[in-house]
Amino acid sequence: MSDTPQADSVGIVASRIVAIEQPLTLACGEVLERHELEIECYGELNGRGDNAILICHALSGHHHAAGYHPGDSRPGWWDHYIGAGKPIDTSRFFVVCPTNIGSCFGSTGPLSINPATGRAWGAEFPPLRARDWVNSQRLLMDCLGINRWAAVVGGSLGGMQAMRWSLEYPELLDHCVVIASAMKLSAQNIAFNEIARRAIKSDPDFCNGDYAAQGRSPQRGLALARMIGHVTYLSDALMGQKFGRDLRLGDFTTGSADPVQFEIESYLNHQGDKFSGVFDANSYLLITKMLDYFDLAREYNNDPQAAFNCARCQFQVISFSSDWRFAPDRSREIVDALVAAGRDVSYCEIESDQGHDAFLLPNPRYQAALGAYLARAAETVERRQ
Amino acid sequence: MRDDFGFITRWIAPNSRVLDLGCGDGALLHELAQKHAVRGYGLEIDPDSIQACIARGVNVIEQDLNNSLDNFADQSFDTVVMTQALQAMRYPHLVLDEMLRIGRQCIVTFPNFGQWRARAYLTLQGRMPVTKQLSYQWYDTPNIHFFTYRDFEQLCSERGIAILQRKRLATGWPDRWLTGFMPNVFTETAVYQLSRR
Repeated sequence: MSDTPQADSVGIVASRIVAIEQPLTLACGEVLERHELEIECYGELNGRGDNAILICHALSGHHHAAGYHPGDSRPGWWDHYIGAGKPIDTSRFFVVCPTNIGSCFGSTGPLSINPATGRAWGAEFPPLRARDWVNSQRLLMDCLGINRWAAVVGGSLGGMQAMRWSLEYPELLDHCVVIASAMKLSAQNIAFNEIARRAIKSDPDFCNGDYAAQGRSPQRGLALARMIGHVTYLSDALMGQKFGRDLRLGDFTTGSADPVQFEIESYLNHQGDKFSGVFDANSYLLITKMLDYFDLAREYNNDPQAAFNCARCQFQVISFSSDWRFAPDRSREIVDALVAAGRDVSYCEIESDQGHDAFLLPNPRYQAALGAYLARAAETVERRQ
Repeated sequence: MRDDFGFITRWIAPNSRVLDLGCGDGALLHELAQKHAVRGYGLEIDPDSIQACIARGVNVIEQDLNNSLDNFADQSFDTVVMTQALQAMRYPHLVLDEMLRIGRQCIVTFPNFGQWRARAYLTLQGRMPVTKQLSYQWYDTPNIHFFTYRDFEQLCSERGIAILQRKRLATGWPDRWLTGFMPNVFTETAVYQLSRR
């Protein structure tokens, strides 16, 4: 990885905290009197405040989507897609990426102080729904002077949020881009999330979520949770290709008593340890629950067409052939409901062996499809001027 | 614009809902949307064609027509169109059934293999015709069902399909003047408007 940003990179970036002083009533009924969002922005907002793109991050994502923080050798998590001339073109759009409430990267969440007790919320942080994130982002629009989103874009859980945006505030977005997502999780998905939660809760250092107050951290449980998740984000083919049965340590020589370690073991352990060092266990529990509860059409009599009848924007839906966590069939269900509701929609199933993670990685066809779609969105904005 | 598109646009009501099976680069749907305010969707599997549709702002859905079309509800479109693709379907008669289930009317265009040029090619050269319009060799052609104008009329009558209108197109001279005289011999491209009888 190079230390000097590429020409099409947004370059050195800094995040900032936006304090939202209006009360936010959560879906569970609790009210956050005020809350904070840590955000990053790239590009320039136009005079009409209508060329903004909202980036909705996924389960473990955050505000640092593109560019480099000073001293970092690795760019933000979606740097392949955000920059001048990239699919999310910062020379045409003002790109906004907040860390959502409930997560652990600066925005109000379990690590923040609960004003009622003067102590960190920890496990007491109220349960969240995707609509809470949407409502928080709606308040963020006013703070930033944004009148309308040219597009709301998200992958995985971010795609769920983007769809929720299209139903909750139909008049406030032109386009909705839903990548590697679903209208609701399958039983298998919920099962994987529950295994991850149980891994965390089984760690003796979890202390019923009160670990921080006791100076402990359930890092073993969190690492295990991440390892389980990570397996489901990759495809069998890619794992075979990347790691195969290659050995990291030892060999199979007859009679050898040396321990043997496969490359995949080493890789997964590294991923788990890296994650457990930066993510908060209570946030992980909170957000996986939010994923499980998400059901786009529940309040529309379980009729997805009725749900999308409320939308006004145009849609792009993208899936990846080897994604078995959010399989192409789940995206096709979205598309079918959109067509039945008479909404404009384009759908691509991108050939990839990278599993669910494909939505974060470079892929020429994916880049071209997203880029061409958003170029139309930019033309719509520029025609209004 | 392609010859067959002219008739298609005339047979589609303004502001109607259209599904184009095998929509290619989206030229027909784009034309229909611009000039007739048609709300359309195209199905396509070729990545380059899909990309062209997105760039034009045409609603394109990646879906293989040889797989089931049962994700589309009965009579959910005013018109279902298929241009120059029926001969490439695994089971053309079943695709026609599906088109008539999904749409209140259908428009189909196809190349007539009974045209005299194709007949002459086969008769004189003893080899499968390679024409300007269908420039594939027999082994690499996507066109796996060769049928004629007369074959199609026969299929419609056997399967209870009503022919509302038909147009017989030909580009060459004197073919274009003679398609009404001997349709199966002179028609190059046939254009049909169909419904369930």
